[in-house]
Order: sequence, then C-alpha cells, then structure tokens
Amino acid sequence: MANGSGRPLSPHLQVYKLPLTAVMSITHRITGVGLTVGTLLLVWWLVAAAAGPQAFAHAQGFIGSFFGLLLMFGWSAALFYHLCNGIRHLVWDAGKSFELTDADRNNKVVLVATAVLTVLTWIVGLAVW
Amino acid sequence: MASNSKTLRSPLQVARGLGSAKHGTEHWWSQRLTSIALVPLTVWFVFGVIGHLGADHAAFVAWMKSPFSAVMMILTAVVTFHHAQSGLQVVIEDYVNVEWQKMALIIGVKFLSFALAAACVLAVVKIFIGA
Repeated sequence: MANGSGRPLSPHLQVYKLPLTAVMSITHRITGVGLTVGTLLLVWWLVAAAAGPQAFAHAQGFIGSFFGLLLMFGWSAALFYHLCNGIRHLVWDAGKSFELTDADRNNKVVLVATAVLTVLTWIVGLAVW
Repeated sequence: MASNSKTLRSPLQVARGLGSAKHGTEHWWSQRLTSIALVPLTVWFVFGVIGHLGADHAAFVAWMKSPFSAVMMILTAVVTFHHAQSGLQVVIEDYVNVEWQKMALIIGVKFLSFALAAACVLAVVKIFIGA
C-alpha cells in the first residue's frame, strides 16, 4: 500500500469513482439536510393557518406558484428517498442485508420505489387539486 | 483521547479507569425510534397534504379541528424536528472540526429546531381550540 503501512487506504475522493452504494449513502445525508430546510415551509403553512384566512391564502398562493411547486417536487422526491433509504437503514440495524448482492439489489429497490412514489403522489395530487 | 506520543503508557492504560459515559447508545437509539415513528407519520402527512392542496382556510381549519388530525400533525412536527436536530448534529460533528464552531452550530440547530416545533404545536392547538 502507498502509505507503507500495509493497511488499506480510505478512498481518495477526488480520484476515486464512488460506487452507487456510496453515492446513495451520501444522498441520504444530503436529502436529510434538504428536508430539514423544507420543514420551514411546514412551519409557515401551520402558523399561517393559525394566523388567519389572509395569511393562509398567501402561503397557499406561494405553494401553488411555479417556484413553490418546484420546491414541493424536490422535497417530495427527497422525502420519499429518505423514507425508503431510511427503511433500508433500519433493515441494516436489524443486522440483515449486508451482502454485496443485497446492497446492489436494494440500491435498485430504493431508487425505483422513490421514483414510483414521487410520480404517483404528483399524479394523484394534480388530479385532486 | 489525545494520546501523548512521549508517554510510555498504552492507549488502553490511559483510558482505563475513566469509566463509561453510561449513555453511549442513547443518541443512536433516539434516531432509530424517531425514524420508525416517522414512517407512518410521513405517509399520513403526504395524504394530508395531497388532500389539502389549494384548500381554503375554512377547509384547513376543519381538518385541524379533528382530534385525530390535530394529534397526528403535532406528532409529525415534534418527531420531525427531533429527528432533524439529531441528524444535523451528526452532520455537524462529522464536518465541522473547529470546536467552538461545532458547539455553536449544534446549540443553534437544537434551539431553532425546538422553537420551530413549539411554533407548530401552538399553531395546531390554536386552530383546534378555535382561539
């Protein structure tokens, strides 16, 4: 090994091509931080509703605007990703699915589930709106 | 444990006798507990938001007047912020290496999270009791 110790080196992030499992791991953290920022909209929504009809109409107007819908789309995708990958973390915590073949399969399960849930939510959401 | 390179004592010898912190798994456990709670709460919340897209104030108030909806909304807000602040704490601990900046950020995030959670709870309670 390059460090002369005979011990494995951790991946050098600038030159190492991250495998999908690693990309999905850091994405879990990024979506978590993004969702925390998204909670500000939840606070605005609830506090506006408590403040009265005028404030609530203003909040609903923002959510229904192009920029509001764009944020909602991003947050819904991040929410479903974090939810699905979070369940995967709970499976890991139970001591299961540590084999490489499990990891490769669960990568796909999480990505497909995220896409399906996000698209389904928006189809239903735009239909009932 | 900053081990002095000049000491002849082994790292084990330095650590021995300091005792355990007694709550090493507390943070890990609370993150898991809130994750499990957030699975059904998130599903309820998504259905709730879909059902109230573009709703007027009266429809939203009617929704929060239901005891079940009010309790679920309060739980969603409180558990979400608890989960968020414990997750952000780990992110900060991993990436911020200057001690005072790390502490300031963690304290700020925790204070802000619990303040926002309190605002959500008060909002739901206010609508529920119709004040």
